[in-house]
Amino acid sequence: MLKSKILVIKYYLLDAEWVDSTFFWSLNRSSPGNFTPYLALLENMEGESIYEVDSEDGVGADIISTVEFNHTGELLATGDKGGRVVIFQREPESKNEPHTQGEYNVYSTFQSHEPEFDYLKSLEIEEKINKIKWLPQQNAAHSLLSTNDKTIKLWKVTERDKRPEGYNLKDEEGKLKDLSTVTSLQVPVLKPMDLMVEVSPRRIFANGHTYHINSISVNSDCETYMSADDLRINLWHLAITDRSFNIVDIKPANMEDLTEVITASEFHPHHCNLFVYSSSKGSLRLCDMRASALCDKHSKLFEEPEDPSNRSFFSEIISSVSDVKFSHSGRFMLTRDYLTVKVWDLNMETKPIETYQVHDYLRSKLCSLYENDCIFDKFECAWNGSDSVIMTGAYNNFFRMFDRNTKRDVTLEASRESSKPRAILKPRRVCVGGKRRKDDISVDSLDFTKKILHTAWHPAENIIAIAATNNLYIFQDKVNSEMH
Amino acid sequence: MLCKGVKRKREEEEEQEPASQDWWLEEASSSPSPQAEASPAPLPPSSLFNLSIFKLHHGLRRGEPDLRHLVLVVNTLRRIQSSMALEPSAPEPPSPAPVSPLPVVPDAPMCTSVSTLLDDLSHIEGLSDTQTAFPEDAPLSRPPEPGLDPGRPAPLGSLEILLEDGLEGLFDDIDTSMYDCELWPNLKTDSGETEDKTQGPGLDVSELDYLMDVLVGTQTL
Repeated sequence: MLKSKILVIKYYLLDAEWVDSTFFWSLNRSSPGNFTPYLALLENMEGESIYEVDSEDGVGADIISTVEFNHTGELLATGDKGGRVVIFQREPESKNEPHTQGEYNVYSTFQSHEPEFDYLKSLEIEEKINKIKWLPQQNAAHSLLSTNDKTIKLWKVTERDKRPEGYNLKDEEGKLKDLSTVTSLQVPVLKPMDLMVEVSPRRIFANGHTYHINSISVNSDCETYMSADDLRINLWHLAITDRSFNIVDIKPANMEDLTEVITASEFHPHHCNLFVYSSSKGSLRLCDMRASALCDKHSKLFEEPEDPSNRSFFSEIISSVSDVKFSHSGRFMLTRDYLTVKVWDLNMETKPIETYQVHDYLRSKLCSLYENDCIFDKFECAWNGSDSVIMTGAYNNFFRMFDRNTKRDVTLEASRESSKPRAILKPRRVCVGGKRRKDDISVDSLDFTKKILHTAWHPAENIIAIAATNNLYIFQDKVNSEMH
Repeated sequence: MLCKGVKRKREEEEEQEPASQDWWLEEASSSPSPQAEASPAPLPPSSLFNLSIFKLHHGLRRGEPDLRHLVLVVNTLRRIQSSMALEPSAPEPPSPAPVSPLPVVPDAPMCTSVSTLLDDLSHIEGLSDTQTAFPEDAPLSRPPEPGLDPGRPAPLGSLEILLEDGLEGLFDDIDTSMYDCELWPNLKTDSGETEDKTQGPGLDVSELDYLMDVLVGTQTL
């Protein structure tokens, strides 16, 4: 059996000072960089929590609220409820140890948003980071957009590993020299220094939204991006902060007629004029910005008729789409509603081409899930790099993966107890009564406070990041390709 | 759930199905089998109705309401209400008498009986649509959402009819000017029948705010 690699990073908040300690073991990996088949993924997912925040004032401020890989997968950003962003960087595979798998270590941490007070409305604006989106890298620096309920910020992440020394007019500490002591001129030289990662806010896009921002999406033109709140979607230019264009507005003239809100939105990965937005009624609207300035009239409406046999008072709530993601190919869309994930073909509006049950055993428990508000939980979904596997989270720290080709699915658990060092993740099973096998979890024992809402998949490799409350798990497949 | 080499047998699946209702039946003895009927809500609609009203008020009380949550609750409320209106027997009014206990959910933060729900409702202010908002007079109040029209209440049909009795007289001596809300104002008034419980024991939120205003000087005794 292959040795597994475990990476554990713990952060302890001590009087507002971060202290980190990193432990890792080496591993053997003999198929670096290859995309390994799904079978390997099922059998050899291993890893452990790498980000755990213990804060003195309780768990509240540190719940991870978003996870996002950048376009190469080299960087992984997380945002939390306290307005912080932590960026992890994958270590490059070194030549000395060719089998050392690139591990994710902390690259930078910064405070993105602070709590604000809206004096006009006497309301506090939460600093919780709702979404992070990376910009495609265009130079040595990395840029990302982070947003809370009201304000989007563009951050630039730069590295400094050299500094100039030997100034003529300044001494080592930067103080001006006494000119009489300067007898000769020298050219300052760049000397290496310890790597310093600097993050600075480059743009602040404020006052664009009356309602709560639920999603942001960078356009493939790399010049614009959109932000969506409950009722409106705005188009921004990355360089212009004092104005934005409103491209969707579903606010009714009379708020009492409000029956539907926008829940998520995304630009098409290749066509810069196309974007999709989802609604609380379970519909998707594909819009073309070339058609008109205000895209209230959709180009395509994707909606599945309600199943009459499953009709209930909660039909609408469970049909509310909580996340929508285009496939990497741009041909499909993935949506998540309360009980299912669905794959839609852009060419077919009448129904999804595939529907996968995430936790259908909850269908008979909807009433109590309505009572405790769990029915309103917003789960995200993700494609793998080749669009052949889809992933989403569930309760009890379970997450699910569905292989679109083989139609096989698996349930895995993200927890310290089940992720022992050098152990392979064991598939979990939920039983709904009747015959119960060993290690099965019964529906009644599910912990509904342990929900995996945020998951991300590396753009090319079988590496996934799972946010379980205040823990971040990174799982990588470890299979030796020769084993197949 | 499938993993390599182990397939769940068809017989196991069939055995599991009939037993899946046991959990639900154990916890809510008065509720019918959830899977057998077309309307799968195991609770009587009136309990769900009360629960939804409570959620609505809870949501509206928050400084800045979660619009998605509110919209979904309101739409569910409308569904329940129309289903109650269609029932052959007279729709059960959301009276203070406990209807049936809600199923106990292990981690449910909320109360588990209808009577307790209604007790909570009685402490919620802002139940009158007879006063207009004067935010400048009450700095502690939640100002109205910008862009909302303080327009006509959205009719909810039979709901209004059920609850209009005796509504007017209850509000004569209660100043709720601080707690006006334009969002679905009619739904607010629908739990007005519990207003008689506002004189419950202890200081509640409206009294504290009133006292604060007196101290601050915006109100005179």
